[in-house]
Amino acid sequence: MQYLLLIYANEKEIAAMSPTALGSMTAEYMEFTKGIVQAGQFKAGDRLKSTSAATTVRVRNGQVTTTDGPFAETREQLGGYYLVDAKNLDEAIAIAGRVPGAKWGSIEVRPIWPPQT
Amino acid sequence: MLATLIRLLGDFDLAEEARQEAFTAALEQWPTRGVPQNPGAWLIRTGRNKAVDRIRRDAVFRTKVQGREIASIEADAEGVAEDTEGDTFGDDRLRLIFTCCHPALSREAHVALTLREVCGLTTQAVARAFLVSEETMAQRLVRAKRKIRDAGIPYETPEPAVLDQRIQGVLAVVYGVFTEGYALTSGTQLVDAEICAEAIRLGRLLDELLPMHPGVMGLLALMLLHDARRRARVSHTGDVVLLDDQNRTLWERDKISEGLMLVDRALSIPGQISPYAVQAAIAALHARAQRKEETDWPQIVGLYEVLLRLQPSPVVELNHAVAVSMVDGPARALNLIDSLAARGQVSEYHLLHAARGQFLQQLARPEEAREAYRAALAFATLEPERRLLMARLAGFD
Repeated sequence: MQYLLLIYANEKEIAAMSPTALGSMTAEYMEFTKGIVQAGQFKAGDRLKSTSAATTVRVRNGQVTTTDGPFAETREQLGGYYLVDAKNLDEAIAIAGRVPGAKWGSIEVRPIWPPQT
Repeated sequence: MLATLIRLLGDFDLAEEARQEAFTAALEQWPTRGVPQNPGAWLIRTGRNKAVDRIRRDAVFRTKVQGREIASIEADAEGVAEDTEGDTFGDDRLRLIFTCCHPALSREAHVALTLREVCGLTTQAVARAFLVSEETMAQRLVRAKRKIRDAGIPYETPEPAVLDQRIQGVLAVVYGVFTEGYALTSGTQLVDAEICAEAIRLGRLLDELLPMHPGVMGLLALMLLHDARRRARVSHTGDVVLLDDQNRTLWERDKISEGLMLVDRALSIPGQISPYAVQAAIAALHARAQRKEETDWPQIVGLYEVLLRLQPSPVVELNHAVAVSMVDGPARALNLIDSLAARGQVSEYHLLHAARGQFLQQLARPEEAREAYRAALAFATLEPERRLLMARLAGFD
């Protein structure tokens, strides 16, 4: 099955990190990504720019409206994701537990709908 | 058998229907053709065949089997048919328990699924035990099964790396089932006794499937030793009888002796001590005392101190204080309780106030004792406990 691992963290805290801390976080992510690529579990993954660069789009009555930023004010924001291949939820949880951001933020594990046949 | 069908078919509902159909077929065929050599394997093979027929007939079911090809289901089922040892049945039950107690499900779902799928209770019986309507319970079960299917919760014994953590999770569910029955929440003692009996049955099953596990043995011992006192802890009028006042001849000796044996075995296994085994050892010291005066309170204090290191919690601190009062007197115990209360986490816990009341009463401070019992009454919700507190308060007049 495929699972999307949504990485949530407080982006203000991330923005306030020292260059050294940021450097070691990046190194941890590179190490982790290399690991799941080698294990054949990696399908995709990216870091997102902060929510200050986000735009929310809705269509109501045929009209496209755009607003600045994400919909809700929450403590943690979506900061990145991995799309992984895992045998089952246990394997997906094991991968999620190794995502560096799990140590300070949280990882939401969402199964992907299989393609319709 | 249900557990094996779930593994073969990969779907709870499909497995339940297949089991039903297999039993129906057995009722039709066995009286005329005789009981097959291995009835269990026959039922599983028949159930699997019925399910495969159904999948072929009904395209809707095809989507439920999610990637499990009919051919592979058939191949797996052949293995079951050849296996006459019956070992796979045990393994499948264990898989089923781990699935029902998976940490990705809610606590409510754990208990409901375990009672329904592992113990085989009807949805109606599970609903009655948890004071919800049958409809609510049915929905809860449907949601939980949907999550198992949609999230890909595996039907497997967990990987060694997480096995112990997962066993702890299963033990917590089983103990949760037991305390649900033991806390007299359902309002009818009969239902509560049944729930406790199911929890003990689950404990025995785990002890069989995971032999010599200190946590499993400790938990089973703990449940047996508590359940042995069932008849003595509620009076014929439905009032709570405290340990001190219980008629110890009503305690069930067979449960106690089994519990005592299990505690000794659990504590003799080298390695980490299970908190359940320590709690069981405390219960064992109470059970060993023929009269309350014979209770080995100094050792109970020591065991609570071990428990405080293994699994600190306000409830354990409170029980420790009560044990200390039996050894060092109420003044020291009151100090312990007041320092616990000062930390503020348990200000609404009725038993804390009840214990304070008792210590103050022993220290001949009736005004403060009365105040403490009133506070306890304000936070107590269960009717038998409220009656007990009211009786205590009436004692001052």
